[in-house]
Amino acid sequence: MSVEANMAATAAKAPAVNTGKVKMSGNGVNVFYGEKQALFDVDLNIYENQVISLIGPSGCGKSTFLRCLNRMNDTIDVCKVTGNIMLDEQDIYDKNIDVVELRARVGMVFQKPNPFPKSIYENVAYGPRIHGMTRTKDELDELVTSSLRRAGLWEEVKDRLDQPGTGLSGGQQQRLCIARAIATQPEVLLMDEPCSALDPIATAIIEELIDELRANFTIVIVTHSMQQAARVSQKTAFFHLGKLIEEGPTDQIFTNPINKKTQDYITGRIG
Amino acid sequence: MTDLAGGNVEHVSIHTSEGARQRLAKRYRGESIFKWLGRSAIGVSVAFLLLLLSTVVFQGLPAFTFNFVNLPFELTKEKLDYDGTAESLRKANYDAVVRDAIREQFPTVTGRSERRTLGGLLSSGASVYLRQQVLNEPDVLGTNKRLEVPISDFADLYLKGQITSDYTIEGRGALRVERGENGMRLIADQDVFADALSRAKDTLRAQEATLRAQQSGLQLSLNKTRGDIKALQERIPAETNANVKSRLEAELERSESDITVLEARIKQLEEQITNIESRVANPGLGEDLTGEMMSVLVYADGAVLKVQKVTSTTANVEQYLPLDEAVTSLDASQWSIRVLEVPEANRKFTDQEIVWTDELVERGFVRSGLNTIFFTRGASREPEMAGVLGAAVGSALTLIITLLLSFPLGVAAAIYLEEFAPKNRWTTLIEVNINNLAAVPSIVFGLLGLAVFLNYFELDRSAPYVGGMVLALMTLPTIIIASRAALRAVPPSIREAALGIGASRLQTVVHHVLPLAMPGILTGTIIGMAQALGETAPLLMIGMVAFVVDIPMGFSDPSTVLPVQIFMWADFPEPAFQQRTSAAIMVLLGFLITMNALAVVLRKRFERRW
Amino acid sequence: MQGWFFVLILVLTACALFYIGRSRAVTTVGGDATILHSKPGFHGAFVMICGLVPAVLVFLTWLLFSRYLINAYVTAQLGADFANLATIEQQALLRNMRSFADRADLSSLAALEVAAVEHYRGFVATAALLVQVIVAALVVVGSWFAVRAIKQELRARQFVEKTVMAVLIAASGVAILTTIGIVLSLIFESINFFQKVNFLDFLFGTHWSPQSAFEGVGAEATDRNSEVFGAIPVFAGTLLITAIAIIVAAPIGLMSAIYLSDYASPKVRATAKPILEILAGIPTVVYGFFAALTVAPFFRNTGDAIGISVSSESALAAGLVMGIMIIPFVSSLSDDVINSVPQSLRDGSAGLGATKSETIRRVILPAALPGIVSALMLAISRAIGETMIVVMAAGLSANMTVNPLEAVTTVTVQIVTLLVGDQEFDSAKTLAAFALGLVLFCVTLLLNVIALRVIQKYREQYD
Repeated sequence: MSVEANMAATAAKAPAVNTGKVKMSGNGVNVFYGEKQALFDVDLNIYENQVISLIGPSGCGKSTFLRCLNRMNDTIDVCKVTGNIMLDEQDIYDKNIDVVELRARVGMVFQKPNPFPKSIYENVAYGPRIHGMTRTKDELDELVTSSLRRAGLWEEVKDRLDQPGTGLSGGQQQRLCIARAIATQPEVLLMDEPCSALDPIATAIIEELIDELRANFTIVIVTHSMQQAARVSQKTAFFHLGKLIEEGPTDQIFTNPINKKTQDYITGRIG
Repeated sequence: MTDLAGGNVEHVSIHTSEGARQRLAKRYRGESIFKWLGRSAIGVSVAFLLLLLSTVVFQGLPAFTFNFVNLPFELTKEKLDYDGTAESLRKANYDAVVRDAIREQFPTVTGRSERRTLGGLLSSGASVYLRQQVLNEPDVLGTNKRLEVPISDFADLYLKGQITSDYTIEGRGALRVERGENGMRLIADQDVFADALSRAKDTLRAQEATLRAQQSGLQLSLNKTRGDIKALQERIPAETNANVKSRLEAELERSESDITVLEARIKQLEEQITNIESRVANPGLGEDLTGEMMSVLVYADGAVLKVQKVTSTTANVEQYLPLDEAVTSLDASQWSIRVLEVPEANRKFTDQEIVWTDELVERGFVRSGLNTIFFTRGASREPEMAGVLGAAVGSALTLIITLLLSFPLGVAAAIYLEEFAPKNRWTTLIEVNINNLAAVPSIVFGLLGLAVFLNYFELDRSAPYVGGMVLALMTLPTIIIASRAALRAVPPSIREAALGIGASRLQTVVHHVLPLAMPGILTGTIIGMAQALGETAPLLMIGMVAFVVDIPMGFSDPSTVLPVQIFMWADFPEPAFQQRTSAAIMVLLGFLITMNALAVVLRKRFERRW
Repeated sequence: MQGWFFVLILVLTACALFYIGRSRAVTTVGGDATILHSKPGFHGAFVMICGLVPAVLVFLTWLLFSRYLINAYVTAQLGADFANLATIEQQALLRNMRSFADRADLSSLAALEVAAVEHYRGFVATAALLVQVIVAALVVVGSWFAVRAIKQELRARQFVEKTVMAVLIAASGVAILTTIGIVLSLIFESINFFQKVNFLDFLFGTHWSPQSAFEGVGAEATDRNSEVFGAIPVFAGTLLITAIAIIVAAPIGLMSAIYLSDYASPKVRATAKPILEILAGIPTVVYGFFAALTVAPFFRNTGDAIGISVSSESALAAGLVMGIMIIPFVSSLSDDVINSVPQSLRDGSAGLGATKSETIRRVILPAALPGIVSALMLAISRAIGETMIVVMAAGLSANMTVNPLEAVTTVTVQIVTLLVGDQEFDSAKTLAAFALGLVLFCVTLLLNVIALRVIQKYREQYD
């Protein structure tokens, strides 16, 4: 393996942890906000039932890339995406792809907990309801219950499902948002710094949760905490100034990074 | 379905299954319906605005032009009893001058009522208008200079084509003129009047239908009454209670008399119908042309003959403009027929007046031009003499007072509340109070003005300065709120910079903050003034509905304002007033648009992003 | 003319005092203005304030209260003759006295009136002279003291700034004064009214025909008037028209706001918003004209054509046009409210695969509900208080009906009808307008206060 920067990408394409099938992949992704280019030619594979962390300093494009994966960038008028991003061998920027269906399949949890100003039950039931996923009230009840269970929130809220979701604590709210996302039964779950607004205890709970969810979902998580990336993910990708510098098995990235910039970031010299 | 541990295959099927696709299609239909609803909501607003504006413009535009009559008036010293003083000139009988001038044009008109109708072709304000010109320019005395006076409102409407539509048929063949005891008769060698006759029959047919409808209505009530009578006749013998019995008998009697009346009326209608029917059935039979039918005029060799009775080849006529005595026959090129579509009974401008008006136009006495009266005069009961200047000046005077009061007060209050006020209960109270005051219905300010300014302080009714005070109180909250927003938009760094070099807080505000906030404050003020300009209700309360003929010259002269003038004119039934109302609205909207455009320009020009 | 003269005198005096103060300050320090504590201009302003403010205050006080002094004086002079008159006659006498004071020819007046006018003239002449002297003296004394106080270390700037501050505070007090004025005038006149008409009969009576009011005093008048001043039909008419207006304005305004904030392209927004603003800027009298001369006849003719009887002053026409008038109001308030729902909620919903309309209907509208409700309350308050449309397009007779095709009357129509023209302030008809005004004020105030509080709370929730 070469230590030169231009070799990094080639090296990154041969990951050690490529056991499953590729769920999503980005090929030559460029993103522009008006005149400004935010992402440069990013190639990245995301494997099924794995957790992949996107790390890098602020403004490096990791969140931009994440938001490309379920086309949340569409809501911004000036944003333009080139290259292609595949979900199960289908280009999600293809004209025939329906963005609503895409987002149902690729769910998202946001940086700041954003429960709807509705009851806890209604928050979780929202996705299934709009997608018409259940036929009976009982089915919906069961789906809500199991989602809350999986999100590790059931025990705390089972007695007050009819109370507003905004009344929960920050950590609980974020788990509610996760429950809300998994109730829609997505295939991929995107998490945009899900713990940045939470205290350490709440963070620990959510990290544990992410590890459990891996069994059923493919998870992409953006984080600015390297410890978190190390704890929860199997693969890690390092972004810097809009470029994907290096990706690989988490262990390798943190213990033996190929690229100098990655090393600098890991050791705290840039950031 | 709900088994989350079901694995990948299950996941894929949930959102990409056939069922999900169908649901999705349905959801997208909902989406497009929702979007369509939103678009049509905007559409409704836009459509209404267009409808409103186009109605006003189409109705108002004709009022901006007007027809003036310039006759050779006999303005001699003798006629006016002029003794060299301005006073005699002012008191002279201009009515007579105007009357004689128009009579001179139609010397054959002799009857009293005809002459009065003829005089009515000119506005009743014509004499006032004439006097004003003579007073302004006494040199015209004794000269033959033709002076202009306004035509009457209906003549004006007629000339603008708003009284009736018409068409002309060229003459065919020769007409023989027969003069007899019963007036004049035209005899044609072809069926030139067949068209008029058949249209007369059409009208008869319509009349017949109306009468039949009436008759069948009466027949219904007749049948009902007969039924009632039958019921009563059966009930009365069986009735034991004497009181009730006598009441029923009275009722029976009444019903029976009703029957006779109804039967008589039905019979009468039947006769009318039969009459009409027989006339309609016989297309060759001549008919009288009544006021309910279109009017037919024959133009012949400078004369105008109104057709009274037609057959397909003959017409009995009345001479509206007399035909030369010597004429006994007319060939095809000499005559034509003109049909006025709107029946005479349905308009307020008779055929005779139409003929005279046309003749005045023919002789070149009528000029159509910019309606200067509308822009230079005050209110009047005569639509042709009514103008908006009085109301516009009243509005201007009122707004000046409003501006002088509300601008300094509003800005001062905004400066205090935004820059100096400590946060305590009092300032919170003032703030809440200002916000609520902004939402108080305007008419309540009118009540305040009436009770306090007029009743308590006994200030003048209908005076612009009182109106200005009321409107100032009303616009004050708007100006305060806008000024505070403008002051708030000035970044604190400016204040800190000024305070940092030792300026006092007041100096900081006056020298630095206020000038930067001024564009915003002025924008808010203009918008407040525009509001005040359009306001009507509070001014009604303080008597600015007065009928003010003179143009107000000062702040305490009785006056009215544009919106109130519109309100008053909208109530007048004359069609010419309807037009003037719309025209006044256009003037008001013109002012408002100018003010708002000014505000937009100010905002654009001085807009600063910090 | 007198007013202009007064203003001229005031300005000239002000300039003179300013000049005196300024030059005095400069001479005090021998021409070197820089060693003054405050700039010479402040000294000028100092003298001006000391000279003018007390004098102007005295003059304004005189303007405000002179009529009481005059009344008291004339009453005292007329003595028993006056005291023997009934209250109404006393008021009439005082009113006539004022209106005849300018007239040379008093021959048409009664002896008592002539006496009153003469006393009035005498008093006003003397008092006016006295006031002029006092005011002039105050100017001279005030400015003399001020000029004497000028010295190098005089803190003239602080003095001037304090005065300015007092002016600023007084200016913000005007708003309070206005409210107090509204409340007091409405309450006083209403109390007078309720002495003539039973309060409960007014509020709950079902028969309104002020034309048949009995102008007199005593129990009989109270009984008769209580029968004709039952305001329920008027309230019912107001509610009917308001309801029609809101039924028109609420959906259209709300959908416009939603479309403009979430769907419209910037280009559409740039056209549609000004159009709504134009609708909002059209004077209500224009809407009234349109309602009365275009919309109402249209409804009547349509009704005739399909065989339904529609009044030419139908509640429907007035309500519809009023609804159109408040569309921009509803739309701009809703726009604010909808825009203050945080983007994160939209993202959250979109991230779960909701369509735009699902996000709006299921997340944004429920979240914005309190704000929308208070926007509608403000709109209702606006509709209730709207005057010109209903004055021109609604009826005068108070019918109790819920049929929008019939003519009904409203509170504002009645106020205008009762008050336009000459009013006698002691007649039940005039006073009834103030009682209606009080009800109108209270209802709109209540709606506004609640709505503004709800909106404020709602904003805080998302700030």
